[in-house]
Amino acid sequence: MPPSDVMVPDAELSVVRKSLPHDSAPRHVTGSAAYIDDIREPAGTLHIAPGYAPIAAGKITALDLDAVRTAPGVVAVMTADDIPGANDVSPKLLGDDPALAGDTIRFHGQVVFIVIAKTRDQARRATKKAKFTTVAETPIIDVDDATDLVLPDYAFIQGDPEAAIATAPRIFEDSFRVGGQEHFYLEGQIAMAVPGEAGEMLVYSSTQHPSEVQHLVSHALHVPSSAVTVEIRRMGGGFGGKESQASQWAVLAALAAAKTKRPCKMRLDRDDDMIMTGKRHDFRVDYRVGYDDEGLLQGVDVTFNARCGHSEDLSMGVVDRTMFHADNSYFYPQSRVLARRLRTNTCSNTAFRGFGGPQGMVFAERMMDQIAYRLGKDPLDVRKANFYRDGSRDRTPYGMQVTDNLLHELVAELETKCDYRARRAEITAWNAQSRILKRGLALTPIKFGISFTLMMLNQAGALVHLYRDGSLHLNHGGTEMGQGLFLKVAQVVAEEFGVDMGKVAITATRTDKVPNTSPTAASSGTDLNAMAALNACKIIKDRLFAFIEEKWQVPRSQVKFRDNQVLLGNRVMSLGELANAAYVDRVQLSSAGFYKTPTIAWDRDKAEGRPFFYFAYGASCTEVTIDTMTGEMKVDRIDVLHDVGKSLNPAIDIGQIEGGFVQGMGWLTTEELVWDKQGRLRTHAPSTYKIPAASDIPEHFKVELFESDGARVDTIYRSKAVGEPPLMLPISVFCAINNAVASVNPGTVPMLDAPATPEAIMKAVRAMTAGAD
Amino acid sequence: MRESIRFVRQGKIVEIADLDPMATLLDHLRLTECATGTKEGCGEGDCGACTVAIGRSRGGKVVYEAVNSCIQLLGMVDGTEIVAVEDLASGDTLHPVQAAMVEKHGSQCGFCTPGFVMSIFALYQHSEGPVARGEINDWIAGNLCRCTGYKPIIDAALSVCEGPRADKYRAASADTAGLLDFLSDDKDIFIGDDTRFFAAPASVEGLAALYQKHPTAVIVAGGTDVGLWITKQLRDLPKIIHIGRVKGLDGIEDTGREVLIGATATYAKAEPYMRAIDPDLGELFRRIGSKQVRASGTVGGNVANGSPIGDTPPALIALGATMELRRGDRARALAVEDFYIEYGKQNRASGEFVTGLMVPKLKPGQVFRCYKITKRFDQDISSVMGAFRFTLDADSVIREARIAYGGMAGIPKRAKAAEAALHGTSIRDSAAWSNAFAALRLDFAPLDDHRASANYRAETAHALLGKALLEAAGTPTGRTRLIGRREEFTDAAE
Repeated sequence: MPPSDVMVPDAELSVVRKSLPHDSAPRHVTGSAAYIDDIREPAGTLHIAPGYAPIAAGKITALDLDAVRTAPGVVAVMTADDIPGANDVSPKLLGDDPALAGDTIRFHGQVVFIVIAKTRDQARRATKKAKFTTVAETPIIDVDDATDLVLPDYAFIQGDPEAAIATAPRIFEDSFRVGGQEHFYLEGQIAMAVPGEAGEMLVYSSTQHPSEVQHLVSHALHVPSSAVTVEIRRMGGGFGGKESQASQWAVLAALAAAKTKRPCKMRLDRDDDMIMTGKRHDFRVDYRVGYDDEGLLQGVDVTFNARCGHSEDLSMGVVDRTMFHADNSYFYPQSRVLARRLRTNTCSNTAFRGFGGPQGMVFAERMMDQIAYRLGKDPLDVRKANFYRDGSRDRTPYGMQVTDNLLHELVAELETKCDYRARRAEITAWNAQSRILKRGLALTPIKFGISFTLMMLNQAGALVHLYRDGSLHLNHGGTEMGQGLFLKVAQVVAEEFGVDMGKVAITATRTDKVPNTSPTAASSGTDLNAMAALNACKIIKDRLFAFIEEKWQVPRSQVKFRDNQVLLGNRVMSLGELANAAYVDRVQLSSAGFYKTPTIAWDRDKAEGRPFFYFAYGASCTEVTIDTMTGEMKVDRIDVLHDVGKSLNPAIDIGQIEGGFVQGMGWLTTEELVWDKQGRLRTHAPSTYKIPAASDIPEHFKVELFESDGARVDTIYRSKAVGEPPLMLPISVFCAINNAVASVNPGTVPMLDAPATPEAIMKAVRAMTAGAD
Repeated sequence: MRESIRFVRQGKIVEIADLDPMATLLDHLRLTECATGTKEGCGEGDCGACTVAIGRSRGGKVVYEAVNSCIQLLGMVDGTEIVAVEDLASGDTLHPVQAAMVEKHGSQCGFCTPGFVMSIFALYQHSEGPVARGEINDWIAGNLCRCTGYKPIIDAALSVCEGPRADKYRAASADTAGLLDFLSDDKDIFIGDDTRFFAAPASVEGLAALYQKHPTAVIVAGGTDVGLWITKQLRDLPKIIHIGRVKGLDGIEDTGREVLIGATATYAKAEPYMRAIDPDLGELFRRIGSKQVRASGTVGGNVANGSPIGDTPPALIALGATMELRRGDRARALAVEDFYIEYGKQNRASGEFVTGLMVPKLKPGQVFRCYKITKRFDQDISSVMGAFRFTLDADSVIREARIAYGGMAGIPKRAKAAEAALHGTSIRDSAAWSNAFAALRLDFAPLDDHRASANYRAETAHALLGKALLEAAGTPTGRTRLIGRREEFTDAAE
């Protein structure tokens, strides 16, 4: 059923488009919003801690757990041999991600056994008593040393890039590194499993993908999916880190609960969490580019070498999205975009807000910078020249036509609003007289494709009940991790029934209410689930319309749901009165709703199709100052203009943009993952891994929503997805730092790697003057 | 002798006699009280999700400070009031701090939110009238948020501080102070037996006797280091001696020539005295840990634990500070630089403890500079920390150079070759500078680690010495620094 072909005028909307606060905000601030660790534990609940071997690669030849078993409070110890069903937490059931490793260790931190004890402290302390005998192999840590692949190479090819580059007026080749990123959700990984009768298992899991947890638990316990229910009311942050990576802890909790027949809870310590779970993929990007004297691209040949870690996990989709965004906003006339997915003895890299897209886009922006500095042009001019244009320059490297291009008007508006040209002149003059401190400025665009590129995931279900008192119960397959999804979907339901938000009960995501759900990922949560909920509402309303027509002879065109009332011709009643009357007449007041994204298609084998329903656009301009003596950096000013279509909730959307910006800024600046030669992660706690703090954002941090008529396709109230795209806005921070480095020795091309830590900046600065003087 | 601890919760006295010496305040709240509003984010005092406010009686009022409950030992809170996030609202009426957070959209996932609420609560109680944005950043530097990007949280803090300070804690301040005064006594606390105990002696003599009897006991001042031995290293610490109750040990005195800092004086208490010695010291102290860490952690503890990257020792060494140690009834003084022997090894006998520090103030002609280099400006541990004191005569000749670095060796250490290269040279003598830079390479052989490479450390040490010399020779810090500019401090003082 097409839900909303006709755009509703804003003036007729009473709940949608309002900046309502997060539905849980009063509970967040009073501490009464319950996360899984806050649920009152059933009597007799046991606690689980993981144990792992001291090596990153090799074999365990002997494992002595006697002292673990006899440690205070220990009830049971489990190893791989104790798993009744499949020992596999891989999202695709590939068997390469055991819940508990056997005798082969593939990364440092791979869980080998779990301790189940009366208290969490006892369980943690007992793990330290294990005695491993191992034969260590030399671990493969980074992509330079890796040769084994987790998946075959895959490429998009348009035209003859080799010939295009060879015949271009100018050519260069380059290689650079872009680092990974730890999610650092504030609530670490956690699950609690409560055994029921007849093999049933209720699992509370802090997961973005309850259905996958359900399936993996059922496989591990060797029970049908119908025996397993997964519930999640809210996560304390997810960012992709709880898409596939939440499953292992839920599976282990369920295994422990099945074995002990008692509720079991597993909450990872922060250090264990950071050591054991996957992160954003890091890359070495190698590329050749041909361009002309104006900076216009002729041919691009880029190879993305991704560190995937020890298993496949989500590396197919993640690195595909890197490829899908290797163009960012730019037309590549002829191109080859190749991805190589390398296996290493490190944690299995996974989904992280942007899902590989950011790394592809950083490449595109770095390439634009390089061309500009080679030509002595302002990087913004080179960027604009290469933008997609309607007509002949609108086809992406994967063959999809860009038909909703907002780049030109959006970037022009930001350029004016932030006073780019005048500031550029002022900064150039300032830098000429400042020896130690140098300022930099950059304005970068984003274009981000919306839809899961794995087509089957572009579906959602919802469940809406209307009770006899007029209150509504809302449930859907999306999960709440702070992004305001539950609020936005509830706004749509409240709008549909013309009631206040207080009439809509927001409820925990549960696999027994809405089955077979997709992960809350790919920025799709609202697009999919709000549409499914809207459809459920429309089904109930259709039944009410039929009932009204039969009982009161009022046609549906004369029935309005608004202001907490139902207007039926001349009659006015509350929603509760109508619901009760319908109930008495035996009208079903509950419905499931379903939605699947229309018009999209992608054939990966042929690399053909239209994978994205639409694109979200944005741009940001950042000014920084660097200290060329120490490499320190300070962000001085940020201006953002971002496209969310027509917003369902501007406050929530601005929150996503600001938060995404700062998270992406951390990825490109202070957040650095370091493994030692033995394959041990050395940055496994907030003391050593530095996400941005409050003082890292400048006082001038201005975020505006780009005004438009909304998405050009039929999205929910013409809004656009906002979860991931803003993560890439702070590429302007990185390019501004690059710009400041460039000012050290104008005419020399800066070579900055990401993250731009003080050390990376100092290295780039030193390279600018090496050989000079 | 008292065999229990006592503190105030929600207006009532709580007394605990069966205290596990390693119990944390967070576990007490979450596991014993089942007050789950306070969250554990990292268990090491670095994310602030577990922040609570601790109230102490000061002159008939309660003064609140934010602390990380995850690394605060429960025994340490004896004699205080504990305020957690659930306590603030009155029925359905939110506390002004909470209301501002809702109004400004300051929460997304909400997990860090209770910690932010409590840090802003401490600021709200601490201040009167509007608060500058920079100060707000300091108050929440110890709270990490991964969702919001901080802007709405800063806006909430700005907004609530614009309003009047009127809440139930202000209204009850005198009563609560009275209750806390009632709890205050001069008794030694000892809970447990000779094999496993939590002790909090009330006098230096009591402390000295107890420590001499139990030299394997762990002395805890602020707990910002020892807390991690429990929560992260999972060490068993059966004997804990908390020195926070020792009378007279938390004092700070400015004698005119020097500042005397008692062993249990917190960073927060010492900060204004340090700032008065030199703005750079104030800036250094501002950047040590976070408000929460500075409210608990002590300068004495930072010196005593011998960390190679402790931030205060290089500054203290450059200033020529000395420390006082005591064992039984014998005391001795020692230059801070002589306390550090090698990594993990200090000049401290079994049963000996630090009682205080003596920090000389700057004399005319002395120029002091210090710089802390980190990946993130706030709440980060230095990759390199450099501190410099140049004594110049009337002709700008360097009569003495004291240069000390952290992060360059296994211990905080002086750069004696570089110092020698500068002695007797003009502060503007570029040839002498070059000699000093070259000498610096002889002074240190730094290590590679996750904070920085050896090469970066060596280059940064060079850069910091260069910066100190440039500034000492007259270059204004507006041209040499991104943050902590001295001209701003001067402006603010005028």
